[in-house]
Amino acid sequence: MTGAVGLASGALRRHAGWLLPLATLALLVVIWQLYVDISGVSGLVFPPPHAVARALVDDRGTLLRSLGRTALEIVCGILVAVVFGFAAAVLIHWSTVARRALYPLLVASQAVPIVVLAPILVLWLNFGIRPILVLIALVCFFPIVVTTLAALETVDPDLIKLMITFDASRWQRFRRVELPSALPGLMTGIKLAAVFSVIGAVFGEQEAGSSSGLGYLLNATLSNFEPAEAFATVCVLSAFAILLFALLTVVERRALPWAYKTKEIQSR
Amino acid sequence: MIRVYEVSRVFPGRQGHQDVPALDRLSLEVGTGEIVAVVGPSGCGKTTLLELICGLQRPDSGLVESPPAALMPQRDLLLPWLSAADNACLALRVRGVSRAAALSQVEPWFERLGLSGFGQTRPAELSGGMRQRVSFVRTLLAGKPVLALDEPFASLDALTRAEMQRWLASALAAERERRTVVLVTHDVEEAALLGDRVVVISPRPGRVVADLPVALPRPRVRTDPAVVELRARAMQALGVPA
Repeated sequence: MTGAVGLASGALRRHAGWLLPLATLALLVVIWQLYVDISGVSGLVFPPPHAVARALVDDRGTLLRSLGRTALEIVCGILVAVVFGFAAAVLIHWSTVARRALYPLLVASQAVPIVVLAPILVLWLNFGIRPILVLIALVCFFPIVVTTLAALETVDPDLIKLMITFDASRWQRFRRVELPSALPGLMTGIKLAAVFSVIGAVFGEQEAGSSSGLGYLLNATLSNFEPAEAFATVCVLSAFAILLFALLTVVERRALPWAYKTKEIQSR
Repeated sequence: MIRVYEVSRVFPGRQGHQDVPALDRLSLEVGTGEIVAVVGPSGCGKTTLLELICGLQRPDSGLVESPPAALMPQRDLLLPWLSAADNACLALRVRGVSRAAALSQVEPWFERLGLSGFGQTRPAELSGGMRQRVSFVRTLLAGKPVLALDEPFASLDALTRAEMQRWLASALAAERERRTVVLVTHDVEEAALLGDRVVVISPRPGRVVADLPVALPRPRVRTDPAVVELRARAMQALGVPA
């Protein structure tokens, strides 16, 4: 009997990574349902969970189509941010002039609210996918630059000295030591960017007069007084962000196993 | 031959602090093929001396002449994303040697130093002693006439350390004709076991306070009365009662 309990608790511990957040989510849904039932709030203001679930099932075609569009924008936007963010981090790391000239502006640029930027970008780039991509890339750019730069800067100076005694050129030092050291930082940045990118996509679609995508759908359902459908859209958006984050974590573990191995050993 | 002549090195103090003199008119000559062990207390400028020899620093005054030197740092500094063998051939790869050719040069060294079968292992899965050995092979394969070893065993436990000293002695004996070695250590006994000469440096700012030849056959044992006596003389030069 105790053996069976031990086995069960062992299985619980093994799966705690996804069971615990799922249990928390279930608890929140129960509280949500109870609140709607007890308070008697109108379904037009605060739809009950079952109405949202029904909207998820009934509108699955539209939701999936919209998700396809938004996912494409997000993936392309992140890719653009990775290219420019990584290049900016390397430039700032390599050149003191670039650091002094760019870094303060980069930080300041993050203080400009995205709500202000969106209409300006539409003004400059016209309606369509371009301002959306730029907006997503802008949101994702900063975390990628900061985490990559941090990783580049934690490279052990003694390691660089060692490479100099091996007659390694600046480029070889970068390629063999600094670049691989920066990859875990870059991955952390991309994971953060994946979460932020959703915000950029929604704002972009709403401002750029999109006729598809989850941001557009959210706008449309809200103005049609369809709160359950709006909630369902938000659920799909969140689920996508979580899925993207999880996928990136898997990629990271596969591509950079040494970064994990070192962490595991250090935490022993 | 390495010539260090009347070298001084001062590190500017941080804001509001005084300058830190690391070396004060230090002179030292190391003949080709010689193994010189430099001992001194922590902070006496030993690492600075090695970096001057390696060309990583310039003296504020005085002269440093040395053939190209490869450094073996205190910490192994192996790259965690590379296998042990790939780490060992890093210097060769930097020189443009193909991976296959570089790995074939690593193999006999791994066999000799008890690392056979660990070529594909990542550094995180190796013991401290093994990592130091990989680091040593990496320095050796840089192909420089001078090896600058900076307290290579400081981070190891006493048992592993004794074992490492034994293999280093034999590895250096094998490379004798081709290499000049400057070994920096704060362990007087290690210096007596490994060096042809033991050079004692004073506390900061570092100057040579004793230059003791070690005319003892190898392999040496730490209990040999001559080793014990040498140790006592070095300690005396440092002003420490043995």
